[in-house]
Amino acid sequence: MANPTPRVRMPAQVKAGQVIEVKTLISHEMETGQRKDAEGKTIPRKIIKSFSAKFNGKEIFRSEWHPAVSANPYLGFFVKVPEAGTFEFAWVDDDGAVYKSEQKVTIG
Amino acid sequence: MEQDCQRPSRRSVLIASSAAAMALVLGPGFASATGALVEAEINKLYAGKKMVEGKIKLDLPTIAENGLVVPLNFEVESPMSDKDYVKAVHVFADGNPNAGVASFYFTPLSPKAAAQFRMRLAQTQNIVAVAEMSDGSLFTAKKEVKVTIGGCGG
Repeated sequence: MANPTPRVRMPAQVKAGQVIEVKTLISHEMETGQRKDAEGKTIPRKIIKSFSAKFNGKEIFRSEWHPAVSANPYLGFFVKVPEAGTFEFAWVDDDGAVYKSEQKVTIG
Repeated sequence: MEQDCQRPSRRSVLIASSAAAMALVLGPGFASATGALVEAEINKLYAGKKMVEGKIKLDLPTIAENGLVVPLNFEVESPMSDKDYVKAVHVFADGNPNAGVASFYFTPLSPKAAAQFRMRLAQTQNIVAVAEMSDGSLFTAKKEVKVTIGGCGG
């Protein structure tokens, strides 16, 4: 499968202190480790095990995932924007790879 | 690829319409978590602590046609202030091979203890959510989802 591509949707310009919803999606097969291939061999588990959201370097939200999370995991959550800054989102794979996405937010 | 379960063919499952026949088709090797496993998982996190029902709103379909993608939307009632906020929310499924589904950790910077995501459900089962508040109190909620086509041992 192609490299996991994170996608994040959120407004780029908000009012100070506004609560906004962040919608994230990442393409990933989320292999459970339960399935078997045509020869009956178990396909090894490979999932994204955690997600974190930081604002200006401070963690605001974190999530840990088990194999029961669907393929191409979607996650929607809420954040408050007290000031202009940068949101950093990171997904951590079972193999240690980290997929990142950054979103700048301005106050207007 | 996603639909490729290592189980009897779709047709044989469809023919087996009654619940009893369904169990036969799935066979004894079909491991799944039970309510007891969910309890064990909860005990691992919060052994012996008292849980109260309520505060958590679980938004789930009553009938999920496709067990591979079952949307779950939750929100926990809380002022989300520095002193009183939701620390963590754990979601469990009692009919999956593993009880754990996902955990969410909030901070006072999160304005709402809410999130939405999609999960895999192997069969009709109960979804259990446990919320841990900043003062250590625990709240729980439970809802059954009927799954028409299972999520392949997700």
